[in-house]
Amino acid sequence: MADLFEEYRLGPGWDEMFAELGVPRESYEALHATLQPLSSAELRVRAEVLARAFLDQGITFALKGVERPFPLDIVPRIIAAQEWRSVEVGVAQRIRALEAFLADVYGAGQVLADGVVPRRIIATSAHFLRAAAGINPPNGVRVHVSGVDLIRDEQGTFRVLEDNVRIPSGVSYVMENRRAMAQVLPEVFAASRILPVESYPGMLLRALRAAAPAGVGDPTVVVLSPGVFNSAYFEHSLIAREMGVELVEGRDLICVGNTVAMRTTAGEQRVDVIYRRIDDDFLDPVHFRADSVIGVAGLINAARAGRVTIANAVGNGVADDKLLYTYVPELIRYYLNEEPLLPNVDTYRLDEPGVMEHVLDRIGELVLKPVDGAGGAGIVIGSQAMNHELDAVREKMLANPRGWIAQREVKLSMVPTLVGDRLRGRHVDLRPFAVNDGEKIWVLPGGLTRVALPEGALVVNSSQGGGSKDTWVLAAPDDTIPFEVPHLPADPAPLTAAGRPDPGPGGTDLAEQQQQQQQ
Amino acid sequence: MLSRIAESLYWIGRYVERAEDTARILDVHLQRILADPWTNEETAVRSLFGVMGMAVTEGPYTSGRVVDLLGLDQRNPSSVVGALAAARENARGCREIISSEMWECLNATYHGLSSVRRTVEQQGVHAFFRWVRDRCAVMAGLTDATMSRDEGWKFLVLGRNVERVDMTARLLRTHELAGGSIPSWLTLLRSSGAWETFLRTYRGALDDRHAAEFLLLDRLFPRSVFAALSAAESCLADLEPDPGRAGVATDAQRIVGRARTGLEFRGADELIDDLGPVLTGLERTCSQVNEAVSRRYFRQTSAVLWTSGAVA
Repeated sequence: MADLFEEYRLGPGWDEMFAELGVPRESYEALHATLQPLSSAELRVRAEVLARAFLDQGITFALKGVERPFPLDIVPRIIAAQEWRSVEVGVAQRIRALEAFLADVYGAGQVLADGVVPRRIIATSAHFLRAAAGINPPNGVRVHVSGVDLIRDEQGTFRVLEDNVRIPSGVSYVMENRRAMAQVLPEVFAASRILPVESYPGMLLRALRAAAPAGVGDPTVVVLSPGVFNSAYFEHSLIAREMGVELVEGRDLICVGNTVAMRTTAGEQRVDVIYRRIDDDFLDPVHFRADSVIGVAGLINAARAGRVTIANAVGNGVADDKLLYTYVPELIRYYLNEEPLLPNVDTYRLDEPGVMEHVLDRIGELVLKPVDGAGGAGIVIGSQAMNHELDAVREKMLANPRGWIAQREVKLSMVPTLVGDRLRGRHVDLRPFAVNDGEKIWVLPGGLTRVALPEGALVVNSSQGGGSKDTWVLAAPDDTIPFEVPHLPADPAPLTAAGRPDPGPGGTDLAEQQQQQQQ
Repeated sequence: MLSRIAESLYWIGRYVERAEDTARILDVHLQRILADPWTNEETAVRSLFGVMGMAVTEGPYTSGRVVDLLGLDQRNPSSVVGALAAARENARGCREIISSEMWECLNATYHGLSSVRRTVEQQGVHAFFRWVRDRCAVMAGLTDATMSRDEGWKFLVLGRNVERVDMTARLLRTHELAGGSIPSWLTLLRSSGAWETFLRTYRGALDDRHAAEFLLLDRLFPRSVFAALSAAESCLADLEPDPGRAGVATDAQRIVGRARTGLEFRGADELIDDLGPVLTGLERTCSQVNEAVSRRYFRQTSAVLWTSGAVA
C-alpha cells in the first residue's frame, strides 16, 4: 500500500499539519490518523466523487464567461479553537475600526483633520465617492458583510493581507465545501468536533433585516445580481435561495419617487433592503457610469432619502484601498483606543519621500501590488518575475506612486494537498467572513481557504489556478450550541418507540408451493 | 381488477415511497450526526431506531449500525434495500399489468442492489442514498408517464400517500424522541426536500413552530402530511364508484377523512402544543387505513383455513 505522505517535504512556509516531518500538530492528529491508513487509490476515488458532485451541483465560477468548477481539495485545513478565537476578535476589531472610519470620512472627516490619514489619500482614492457623502445608513452599519484576507507567516502568526469591505465573495464555497466533504468523507468528521457553517444565510438575513429603514415592520430583502454571466452568479443564487429571498437583476427593479420596487406578477412590490452584488460603478447610472444597463436609476437618491438600504454601503471601497490598508493599525488605535490584534504584512508606502528608491533597489525581494487590483490581478512577485516584468512594473510605479504598494514576500503557510496520487505541501490563505448586524460582529467559523495548486505558487486566487479547502474550526469545550432559532421545548416525557412499519403481503409457504415444476 | 393485483400495486407504491423516504431521513440524519459537534451519536442513533420502529436492544449505537440495519439489510422490508427488493417482488407478481418500463426500472434497481455495499464502502453512504433517490424518482416519473389513470393507478398512488403520511409523521418524531439533541427542526425540512420551499414561504421567520406547521399542514407542498392525506382521500373516493347519499362509503375514507379534518380544522398552535399525541395518532391512522383498505379491496373473504383430522 502506497503511503499518501511518501516523500512529503516541509516547505519554506509554516506547515499547518506537521510540526516536524511525520509528527502532526495536535489539531491535525485525528485527521492525520484517518488519512494515514488510506491508500492513494481510495483517496483518489473519493476525490473524483467530490469533483463530480461539484460539477453536478453547478458549483462553478466563471472565468471570461466560461463556467469552470472551483477545485476543492480533499484534505481540509484545520484551525484550533484558541487560534480561531484570536482570528475572530482580530477581524471584528478591524471591522469596527473600518466602520468608524467610513462613518467619519463620509461625515465630519475628523480623522483627516487630525492628520491620522493624509487627506490626499482619500482625495486620490478611486473608490471615494462624493455621492455617498451624507448617506446615513439606518442602523449605522456600512460593512454588513466583509472578508478580511489573512495569511500565516513563517512563524505561524496570522497577518492581514487585505480587507474586502465592498462585495467580498466566496462564502458559497465555504458552505458547499462543507456539505460536499460531509457527504464524501464522513469518516474524517467523526474524530473531530467541528463548528458548523450552515447558519451563515440566517445570520446574514438577520443582519440585513436589522438594517432596514426605520419604521418598516416586515422588511423585504432582495439580492441584486448583475446576472447569470457574472463570475459569482452561483454564489448570488445560493445566498438568495438559502435566505429565501428574491434574486433580482437591475431590470427587475424600478425606482420612482425615491421608493424602490420590484416588478412581480402581482404588481409592484416595495423593496426595503438590497444586498447588492454589483460594483458601485454600475449601481446607479444617474450618479455613476451612465452606460450601466445592470443598475437601477435613482437608487442612490432613494438611499439618501432613507427609503431603502443598500448593503454593503456605497463608497466602502475607500476603506479597502491597499494604501489605506497601511493606515488601519493607526485607525484601530485612533478610533478604538486598542492595540491591533492582527498585524499587517510589512508594507511600503511609495508616495512617501525616500521610500521609492529603497523599494526599487530591493525590487527582486518584494511583492508589488496595484492598490485597487482584485482577484490577484497585476501582482508581481519580485523573486519569481522575469527581468522584463520587473522593468515594466518599475516604470508603472514611477509613473504612479499612489497606485502601488510594495510588501515583504511572505512565504504563506502550507497544508498537505492531493496532487496526483500523493499529498504535497501547498500554500494557502484564509478569508473569514464577518457579518455586522449593528449590535455584534459575527465571524463565520471557518472561512474560505484558498490553495495555490502549482508547486511553490503564492497567488491563491481562483482566477490564477487556485483551488479551495474546507476549513474546520475545532469546537472548544465551552462552545455552546448556537441556538439562533427559537426552539420548541423537547417533550419532557419521551414517547414510546414507534411501531414497525406495516408489513406487505406474502409468505414463505406461498413462495415454496409456487415453485412447482413446469413442463 | 384482481384483488391480488390491486394489492401488489398498492404495495409497490408503499415500498418505493418507503425506500425513498428512509433514504432521505438517513442521509440527512447521518450527515448531521457526523458534521455537528453537539449531536450525541448514541442518543441520535437510538432515537432514529426508535422512530423507524426498529427494536434494537443491544449496542453499539453507531451510525455504521444505522446504515447496516436501516439501509442495507436485505431481510428487513423497512430498510432501504429491503423495501426496494420488496417493491420489485410485488412488481414481479403483476408484470402483465404495469408497463414494461416500470418493471424494468424496478428490476434494474433490484440488480443494482447487489453492489451497494461496495458503493457505500468506496464512495460513502451519501452516494448510495442519492442513487436510491434517483431511482425512486425515475420510478415515479415512469409511473406518471406510462400508467393509465385507472383503478390500478389509484391503488398505487394511495399506497404512496399512506406511506408518505407514515414517514413524515415518523420524521417529525425524530425530534420528539431525541429530546433536543438534534439541534433543529430545520434538519427535518432538509430530509423531506422541503428546505428551500420552506425558506421561500416563511422568509425570515425560521423557527421550529413554522417548520412543524409546514410539514404538517402546508397545502401546496406535496410531502406535507396534509397534502398526502388529501391525495389518499381523493384516491379512496375515486375507488368507490357509488358514493351513496349519506357520508362516505368505506371505513378507509372515514379514517383518512377524520385524520385530515383533525389537522385542517385545528389551529397550528393547538396542533403543535399537542404534537406528541397528534403524531402517534397519525401513525395509528396509517395502520388503520392499511387494514381497512386490505379488508375492503384485497380480502373480501377471510382466508379459508383447512385443518386436518377435524372431519367427523
